[in-house]
Amino acid sequence: MAVTALREKQSTVHTSLEAIVEVKGICKSYGNVEALRDIDLDFPRGKLTSLLGPSGCGKTTLLKIIAGLIGASAGSVTVDGKHVSGPGPERAFVFQDFALMPWATVLRNVAFGLELRGTGKTEREETARRYIAQVGLSGFEDKYPHELSGGMRQRVGLARALSVDAEVLLLDEPFSAVDEQNRRKFQEDLIRLRSAQNKTFIFVTHSIEEAVYISDRIVLLSPRPGRVSQVIEPDIDRSGDPDSIHRDQRYLDTVEEIWQGLKQYVE
Amino acid sequence: MATNVRTESEVTDLTLTATSEEARGLRDRPIILRLVSIALFAGIWEIAGHIPVSFAFPTFSDTIAAFFRLIADGSMPAAYLSTLQPLVLGVLLSTFLGVGIGIVCGLSRAGEWLLIPVFIVLQAAPVAAFIPLVTFVYGIGMTAKTIAVMILALPVIVLNTYKAVRNVNESLLVMCRSFLGTRWQTITRIILPDASPVIFAGLRLGVAAGFVGVVLAELLITPTGIGDLITFHRSRADYAEMYATIASIIALSTLTLVFLQWIEVRVFRPEKRGA
Repeated sequence: MAVTALREKQSTVHTSLEAIVEVKGICKSYGNVEALRDIDLDFPRGKLTSLLGPSGCGKTTLLKIIAGLIGASAGSVTVDGKHVSGPGPERAFVFQDFALMPWATVLRNVAFGLELRGTGKTEREETARRYIAQVGLSGFEDKYPHELSGGMRQRVGLARALSVDAEVLLLDEPFSAVDEQNRRKFQEDLIRLRSAQNKTFIFVTHSIEEAVYISDRIVLLSPRPGRVSQVIEPDIDRSGDPDSIHRDQRYLDTVEEIWQGLKQYVE
Repeated sequence: MATNVRTESEVTDLTLTATSEEARGLRDRPIILRLVSIALFAGIWEIAGHIPVSFAFPTFSDTIAAFFRLIADGSMPAAYLSTLQPLVLGVLLSTFLGVGIGIVCGLSRAGEWLLIPVFIVLQAAPVAAFIPLVTFVYGIGMTAKTIAVMILALPVIVLNTYKAVRNVNESLLVMCRSFLGTRWQTITRIILPDASPVIFAGLRLGVAAGFVGVVLAELLITPTGIGDLITFHRSRADYAEMYATIASIIALSTLTLVFLQWIEVRVFRPEKRGA
């Protein structure tokens, strides 16, 4: 176990920009409606890549195809060289509507992925407690989802995805049902969490500011049908005070540049 | 036909939310309020008995006294011994069969097409009309009574379970699949707990219908048990005894429903505890 972990770490150090998720020629149609046309994308290991675009550009569809939750009409997705034909243990999903079980406590919800894998109760609860602490929910282990705010519920969703120790985290507009203040705090926490985990994040959002704030790479999708229109790598230093990013000139320029590019698709 | 089913589960949904809101409002002192409500009811009954509303309408105190007389002389315990056997057997069979059939119909199209129309017809039919038929086929024993309980209890349990399983929260199913849940895990850990409030609403209706079934059977088919006790005291104009018997079966039915609710909250939906 430890040896494999070490070997993986070394390989990521040597080829830090190697792609972990490769999307080749993905097309998706619903009847006559073409949702995605010929998507080719690489997602580098250990980076946070955002899929950004106006509604109808198929960003969530693409994320769910990568997750193996829906099938593509054509093309293929590989994760770590393995062809994707359904959900797998190396990917974990964070849902837009949280998808928490209302009858289960925070602890059981977070441990649910491990519960389904047959991990023993003590072990999975220990892991769950660790991730609950990491997302800042210590003390809420025995609460039920209806007792939590929207932001806290999504932290539960994130902790659940982290606790199965997947290499790739897929986040589907995780903050869209969270209020603005909580979203800002959550974004800051996500940057902090990322530096602690060596995981690959694929993040769907419709917020330009959010994408520029947290992403290493931004894939701009244009709508009807969804195609890749541009890939941007905002070179923003995130090591310092998270608030300073919002005042960073490169941050503001990138937001403006993306807005100018997307404007034409907004009616 | 489909409309029929929808109305059914909507109605039960509505009663569910209504009762839980009511309970929330009374959270401060629910027991005292309930006792006050029972005392008020008893008081009005007592006054109405003294007016009197009818010569066949005993007072509350006479009824209570008659209740203890019936217990003391052993006729009520004996009657319950005879009534409870088909009732408990019928209700238990209906619960397990009904929830089982409902789940199968909710999960498989074939099951839905084969079985659901039968239960929709059964539910729409005035089932009491079948009881003479049941007597004709199964005689007047325990089997006939058990079947009378089941034909009343089963349809509502099946239809509610089926509807509840069909309407399970889609995003929880996707979540379970994305975390590699097997089909069996999806059923036991997502579908059943998510459907349990509506399944239990159906069980409450079904159990209440089972009480109707057993009393009907005893009034119409076999003069035994509680039904016989009611008929016997009516024929002797012992109205206090008759009312005591009727009130006792209503009380038992109510207690059974409260117990069902307790199981639901305890086992399936702990987050509703104290709500």
